[in-house]
Parts: sequence; C-alpha cells; structure tokens
Amino acid sequence: MALAVGQPLGRDGNLNRLIQVCEDEDVALLEIKNLHVEVEDKKILNGLTLTIEKGQVAAIMGPNGSGKSTLAYVLAGKDNYHVTEGDVLLDGKSILGMAPDERAAKGVFLAFQYPVEVPGVATMTFLRTALNAQRKTRGEPEFSTPEFMKRVRETSKLLGIDQEMLRRAVNVGFSGGEKKRNEILQMAVLEPRLAVLDETDSGLDIDALKIVSEGVNRLRSPERSMIVITHYQRLLEYIVPDVVHVMAKGRVVKSGGKELALELEATGYAQFADEAA
Amino acid sequence: MPAVQETVEHVRSIDVDQYKYGFVTDIESEKAPKGLSEDTVRFISAKKNEPEWMLAWRLEAYKRWLTMREPTWARVDYPKIDYQNAYYYSAPKRNVLASLDEVDPEILRTYEKLGIPLREQEILAGVVKPEGERRVAVDAVFDSVSVATTFKAELKKAGVIFMPMSEAIREHPELVRKYLGSVVPVTDNFFATLNSAVFSDGSFVYVPPGVRCPMELSTYFRINEANTGQFERTLIIADKGAYVSYLEGCTAPMRDENQLHAAVVELVTLDDAEIKYSTVQNWYPGDADGKGGIFNFVTKRGDCRGARSKISWTQVETGSAITWKYPSCILRGDNSRGEFYSIAISNGRQQVDSGTKMLHLGKNTTSRIISKGIAAGKSDNTYRGLVSAHRKATGARNFTNCDSLLIGDRCGAHTVPYIEAKNSSAVFEHEATTSKISEDMLFYCRQRGMSAEEATALVVNGFVKDVLQQLPMEFAVEAQKLISISLEGSVG
Repeated sequence: MALAVGQPLGRDGNLNRLIQVCEDEDVALLEIKNLHVEVEDKKILNGLTLTIEKGQVAAIMGPNGSGKSTLAYVLAGKDNYHVTEGDVLLDGKSILGMAPDERAAKGVFLAFQYPVEVPGVATMTFLRTALNAQRKTRGEPEFSTPEFMKRVRETSKLLGIDQEMLRRAVNVGFSGGEKKRNEILQMAVLEPRLAVLDETDSGLDIDALKIVSEGVNRLRSPERSMIVITHYQRLLEYIVPDVVHVMAKGRVVKSGGKELALELEATGYAQFADEAA
Repeated sequence: MPAVQETVEHVRSIDVDQYKYGFVTDIESEKAPKGLSEDTVRFISAKKNEPEWMLAWRLEAYKRWLTMREPTWARVDYPKIDYQNAYYYSAPKRNVLASLDEVDPEILRTYEKLGIPLREQEILAGVVKPEGERRVAVDAVFDSVSVATTFKAELKKAGVIFMPMSEAIREHPELVRKYLGSVVPVTDNFFATLNSAVFSDGSFVYVPPGVRCPMELSTYFRINEANTGQFERTLIIADKGAYVSYLEGCTAPMRDENQLHAAVVELVTLDDAEIKYSTVQNWYPGDADGKGGIFNFVTKRGDCRGARSKISWTQVETGSAITWKYPSCILRGDNSRGEFYSIAISNGRQQVDSGTKMLHLGKNTTSRIISKGIAAGKSDNTYRGLVSAHRKATGARNFTNCDSLLIGDRCGAHTVPYIEAKNSSAVFEHEATTSKISEDMLFYCRQRGMSAEEATALVVNGFVKDVLQQLPMEFAVEAQKLISISLEGSVG
C-alpha cells in the first residue's frame, strides 16, 4: 500500500483511522445492499446494490431521473428519504440509523450539486466549526484557532484557492465555479474516507472544471474512496475512475472499467431503459 | 470568529437544567414590607438616607401612578399583576463597603457561577493589570443595591463620576436634580412612573466636557430575592464633547412567582458628546409552560440634547417571559444621530414586544435601526418601532432594517413599524424580511459534521452578525453564548 500518495495523509487523527482501515482490510468501505428508497411516496431507488472498495474512485453515470442524486442524499442521511428495504454498510456496519453529523464524523462527505449559502458565516468559521464538531464526535482533540487557520491556508494554497474566499460568507455571492471549489476545499480540510461528488461538473466551464478536477485528484489516496456522480463523460477525462457504474431506474444496470464511460458517450443511455425495466 | 466555537462548547456544557443561572444565593436580605403604599416609598427613601427633595419627587410619582393604567397596546399577554403582592425593596444586609475586601464572598462566587469574564472577575478580586490595557469597571448591582464600585480612583482622575444612584443623590444633588426625569418624565408611562416612586438603585455616570471615559463601564444586574420587584434607575450624562461606553448585563435565578422588573434608563448627550449603551439581557424566561419568568417592562430613552451628539443603543434580548422595551432617541440637537441595534430572541412561551423610537426634532438629524428578531418554540416576537420627523426637522434621515427569523412552525414574528414624517424633506427608508431557517441549510451544516444545535447556533450567529459587531468585544462573546443557550431545544 503506497502511503505517500495523498498529501494530507500523515496528519495525526487520520493515522488512527488509517490503522483501523488497514486492520479491516478485508471489509469493503461501502456496501449498498438491495436498497429501496422512497421520496414523498415515490419510489426512486429500486434494489440498488453497489460495493465501493477502499481507495477506489467509482464513477456513477446515468440518465436524468435514474436516482443518482437520491443515492448521494441517502448516503448522507437527508430527511424524507425513506429506506423501505435494504441496507448501507460502512466498514461492515449499517449507517442507516445514524444522523447526518454522525455519518460525517465517520468520514462520509457529500460535495453538493447545489452548495447552500449560509449568510453571515465566514467560510473559515464554518470549516472550523465543522472540523472540530467531527473531531469531538470521534473523541479527538479539537484544533486551536491558529493551528486550524494554518492548516486551511496551506490546503487552500495547494488547491489554488484565494485566501479572500475564506473570509467571505459561505457560498454567498460565489460564482458557480467558486462554489464547487469551496466544496473541494471543505473536502480537503475534512479529509473524508468516502467522498460523494454529486454532479460536481454541472455549471462549470472547461477552465473551472480543470481546476476542480485537479483539486479532486490531489485528494485521491489509498484510504479515501470517491463516488463521482456525473451525467457526462467529460468530467471523467479529468478525474479518471477505477470503475464505472451505470444507473437506470434506481439500480445499477452495468459496471465496467473506465472505458465504459467512453462507450456510453457513443451509444447514449437509451439502451439501458429496457434492461432496467 | 472564535466565539462560535465557545458558543458550541457552551451549548455542550449545558446539562438537563437548561437555565444554569437559576440558583439562589444565600444572603440575608432586608426587605421592605410587602405591597406598595406611601409608607413603602417613605421606607425606601429613609433606607437610603435620601434628602427631602428626593422623597418629595418619589411621592409625587407615587400619587401620579395611582391615577394611571397599565398599558395594553403591546402584543403580549400575561396574567394580571398584583402590585400589592410584591416586595419593593430588598438589600443585602452588609451594604456599606470601604473596599473590595469587604465584598461578600458569596457574591463573588455568584459572579463566578454567572461566568462573568475573567478580566472583570480580576477587577472584582482587585488584581492590578498593566497600564494601557483596556479595562472594564464593574459597578455591581446585586439585588437592588450597588455592592462594589471599582476603578473609582482612576475614573476620578479623569473626572468621571461613576457611582450608585443612591450615592449620587447624596453627593451630586445638583447633577441629579438637573437631569433625573429630564428624559423620561415622572409622568411618562405607567411603569416609568412606578419606577420613579420606588426605584431602589442603579448607576449614575457623569462624564465632564471633553473627556473620553478611559474604560468601558459595566454593570451586572441580578434579581436574587424571591418576589422582589426590580426597579433600577440609571442616569448617564455625557457633557460637551465627552464619550462613554456603558455595558449592562444580567441573569436571574429560577423561581416560581413572576417577577416584575421595571427599569428606567436615561441618557443625555450635550454638544458633540457620544454615549454607547450596550445590553445583554438574560432574565429568567420561565419554564417550558412559560411559568415563573420575569416580566420586563423597561423604559430606556436617550436625549441627544446637544448639536452633533450621538446616542447608540445595542441590545441582545434573550430572556424574560414578557419583554416590553423600546430604547429610544430624541434627536433634539441639530446634526445629532441615533442608532439602535437589536437582537431579540424568543423561545418556549416567551413574548417579546420590543423596538425603538427615533424622534427627529433637530435639523439634519440621522438615525439607523437594525433589528434582528428570532422566534423559536411557541414564542411571539414583535418589532414595534416609530420613526418620526417634526415639522422643523429639515433633512431628517432614517434607515431601518428589520429582519425576522423563524425556527420551527409554532412561533410568530411580527413587524409593526410606525412612520410619521411632518417635514417634506425627510427621507425614511424601511426594509424588512422574514425568513425561516431552511432544512437545506441545516442539512448542509450537519453533513459537514455539526449537530442540529450547533448548526442552528451557527446559522443564527450569521443572521445576527451585523448587530453582534456593534457590541464591545467583552460582550460579543457573552452574547453569542446567550444566543445559543436561549435557542436550546428549539430544533430536532
């Protein structure tokens, strides 16, 4: 296992988690078993089964309405997404009974498709409150303000993020590109074990897409798995996945290597409409 | 903003008993007989060795009060108050002190429990800080009587008078007679008139011409005796070109009976003077059913008497079962300026009717109102404000911004602005918004690892940031703590 790949890897609290991860080597990081989910009495996920290995970057592709974003929200624990059947296991243990913040402390991170504005709260403050809340839940010591600020400054420099953004209120008045970059910054600071990127490419021009993808690639490491949800193959040119899963009508209908994405680009999603039915 | 973290820590430290400040300090007190009569007024005046003119003033107020009726226009609902079933005077027995050493250790411990900032505790404990460091002087009002007055000597050097009102009546009668009741007349309103008759104590501040008060002046109020009405009386005068910043904060112990609190605060600024008055209010709000909280009927008014003078009110209102409070500015001097920054939070069964009055009388007077109301639980939160321009108030300008935030779906936020412009050159602007803490915002914060309460505290702190920034640093942290405490249990 090459430990030197991920930049933020050596950082104290992470080490313990890494050791734990190594001990449980035989268990997949995430196992989704026959998941059925309803939203407002409408069935969205329909027996979805999916396994994400440690350190794996998995792309999830699929047409509109196939349930990609629902999957992201269910993993994060959003209200009103009712699991009627099946289970979601993180390190072999079910997380369905956990509150969103408990899941976050266990290392689940969701990069939102539409990041939410939090008026009056500086990004720096938001990040510190979040990180210390997670550390507290995990029983780790909280960071002092100077210690924390140093970390965030270093991380933002690494990701090419303007320091000025840290002083601005979270996502308020941010451009589409800035919002997505802010999500990646948060991911870098919070160091999740499972990052779910929900249509991170939507609304980005090609330059912004490159910047965000570079950020994501820097965060790839053997102890961090990623689920990259996207509609288009374009993003996967920059974030090259280990595996590609195709979703249709609330389940995974095809899995393959990165070449599957290219194939889809050529043939479109129409072929899966029948298979899923 | 490290204070957010402290807020979160504070929330964490709260145990089952949500109102951690609800304890009663065991100090013997000397009460006036129960009920209100001419004898009660005479008793209070005699207790304080007041001169004859002061007694006469009180008695006149009492007679006037008998003819008045309790106001009913506010959007608050409470059981009828039995004014004969309360005590109007209560004082710790040992109240003549030569130095800090004589402060009852029990009282010092009380401050400790209240979490009074370390710096102020040091001051109370008599610790001498290096020259040049910013300091806070505490004139501690403990159950109606000022127990300790600190930093007196240094203030004296600057010529600043800062002492309990009862002392000022004896030592500076010329100033007290000139200004007391000159902003809030004896006849002003039911509660102010009651206060005039039976006020127990409070702070008196006089800053002489051209003097910038060398420190923030601070008073902690605390109701400590069961069934004691609190009738603080504060008078602050900034003479020509003077400046003073005054901080007031309070907590109260838990109890069953409703406690009546009717304070009067008068501010006077002469030419080019400025007074900044900040309050963090945390009276006991009552239990989950709204039982036992403080009834807070306060009359606070500032008079910008001189040209180019300025009065600024900043308040953080988190406590009380009933809040009836409208810190106001009379903009009498030409080019004078009034400001009102307010955070009013209600939770449980609390009822808040608060706001301000900006009365533009002089030429080219300006005022600014920023009000942030937050309603949670089953509470009702009303902003009531008046902005008026007299017909001679040429060039009057006002900007008002009233924002309300609702947490949950069983609370109410109301905005009742009154605007009266009798001069055609007046420019009054009014902005208002009402919003709910959105599920999306909470989910976003929680996805990042914050608990529901941490997330709410963070969002609310963001909402009130404009006002918190107006508070002196000493108070901003404390205010954030109180905001979190008062929103306990409002989510989930």
